[in-house]
Amino acid sequence: MKRLAFISLTTLALAILSAIPAFAEEPSVADTLINLAYSIDTFYFLMSGALVMWMACGFAMLEAGLVRSKNVVEILTKNIALYAIASIMYMFVGYNIMYGGGPNGFIPGFSFWLGADNAVDAVLASGGDTYYSTMSDFFFQVVFVGAAMSIVSGAVAERMKLWSFLLFAIILTGFIYPVEGYWKWGGGFLDALGFSDFAGSGVVHLCGASAALAGVLILGARKGKYEDGKVKAIPGSNLPLATLGTFILWMGWFGFNGGSELMISNIEEANAVSMVFVNTNMAAAGGLVAALLLSQVWFGKADLTMALNGALAGLVAITAEPLTPTPLVATLVGVIGGFIVVPSIVFIDKARIDDPVGAISVHGVVGIWGLIAVAFTNPEGSLVAQLTGIAVIFAWVFGTSLVVWSIIKAIIGIRVSAEEELEGVDISECGLEAYPEFTRK
Amino acid sequence: MKKIEAIIKPFKLDDLKEAFSAIGLHGMTVTEVKGFGRQKGHKEVYRGAEYVVDFVPKVKVEVVTTEDQVEKIIETILGAVKTGKIGDGKIFVLPVEEVVRVRTGEKGKEAI
Repeated sequence: MKRLAFISLTTLALAILSAIPAFAEEPSVADTLINLAYSIDTFYFLMSGALVMWMACGFAMLEAGLVRSKNVVEILTKNIALYAIASIMYMFVGYNIMYGGGPNGFIPGFSFWLGADNAVDAVLASGGDTYYSTMSDFFFQVVFVGAAMSIVSGAVAERMKLWSFLLFAIILTGFIYPVEGYWKWGGGFLDALGFSDFAGSGVVHLCGASAALAGVLILGARKGKYEDGKVKAIPGSNLPLATLGTFILWMGWFGFNGGSELMISNIEEANAVSMVFVNTNMAAAGGLVAALLLSQVWFGKADLTMALNGALAGLVAITAEPLTPTPLVATLVGVIGGFIVVPSIVFIDKARIDDPVGAISVHGVVGIWGLIAVAFTNPEGSLVAQLTGIAVIFAWVFGTSLVVWSIIKAIIGIRVSAEEELEGVDISECGLEAYPEFTRK
Repeated sequence: MKKIEAIIKPFKLDDLKEAFSAIGLHGMTVTEVKGFGRQKGHKEVYRGAEYVVDFVPKVKVEVVTTEDQVEKIIETILGAVKTGKIGDGKIFVLPVEEVVRVRTGEKGKEAI
């Protein structure tokens, strides 16, 4: 396939070149190359975006597997609905807040809907500096905001009202996320400060986890999680689904990190993208092995759910800088992520912060590790800038989320009744059961 | 006539079936059951937190037989399912007042 594609591109180029003498208006060789590079980079961007979109499915499967069977329908509804809401809100206003520029790097610009795509003449006149479609950029970015919101749904699972959650999704995806996104990727003050976050350990993952933490603190733990002063385990209903979800996330992450290189149409960039793919994979592998070993040694059993969280921890950790480390260093970044995530989950559990899927540990605690690691793996990284970025993102997202969750709680409430929780939110919120033909314990 | 009920470990069911065939016993009723005995359930660790599995899965095997066969069947069950570890199960012997074969209407020992 690769060879065929190469031949057809060459044939195309030759055909265009040979046609030049016949028509005075035909594009020059330079313009043709700009055309080709623009198409390849845009194509790469779109395919990466489609991979990241698929991560929404990964989160849905992971979370559906880690909750009890009486709450599966509701978590699936939340996951697919939040993705749709994120898409609409980001088109409506989010993308413009994030990438619309601003007066001082702190307050973002504000406008609605999407602008027109690049005109052909403008692209050619840029000499290749404009190298992908604006619409492809929007598409790539919109799936990231979906990922941030997906992180929240797992942490508040099994007890939050469906519509309160979706109301929060509107605010996070349309406003909270785009503002901190502007500070970094939109060219705001964090970017100017030298804060480095390649694909979003901070902008996406720490953001999602901070919003989740605020939600869990206001929401409280699931009934039965803490009894007689002890932490009670509430095993997930479907570990095959949770494993499938993790595999899907692992795969989608190649788009998440790989696409964030933004360009692939020359040798240097193609090598860079390849390095990002390899490092992303290595970190996930390292994280999984570390978490699996740790759970075996610590708990006496190889806990699959911890291994899955370990893989995701490796991925989150490498997301802040998947390009500059060697594959060995990337593996170690993942290994440390895996070693952090297991005690973090246990500690957060003991601190009575009930997070059924470990989202706060995987995306928040390990996200912070990933951002700090940049200072050691990227020669241009600065520890002070990284710590500043972490503090700013956490303070902004946690603070605003706390306010928004509180307002939602005051107006319509955020928690289902004790009776509904006991019966399961599938019946009380959606009127359906995920497995109606199974007998229940 | 007697009914013998044996609560056994599920993975021993095939062994027991073979052993019954070997002594010429050609009928048994099997039910999947859950429960606990003296050792209660067992503890497991999920994501670092302990939980108790209160009801352990078991298989209940029922056979009805004549008095003179009871000891032999009990021996057979012990030989087939005993592992010597906790959770091996129990055997109950109950009196049976009447047996009717539905197809023919035969009653008593003829119907076993």
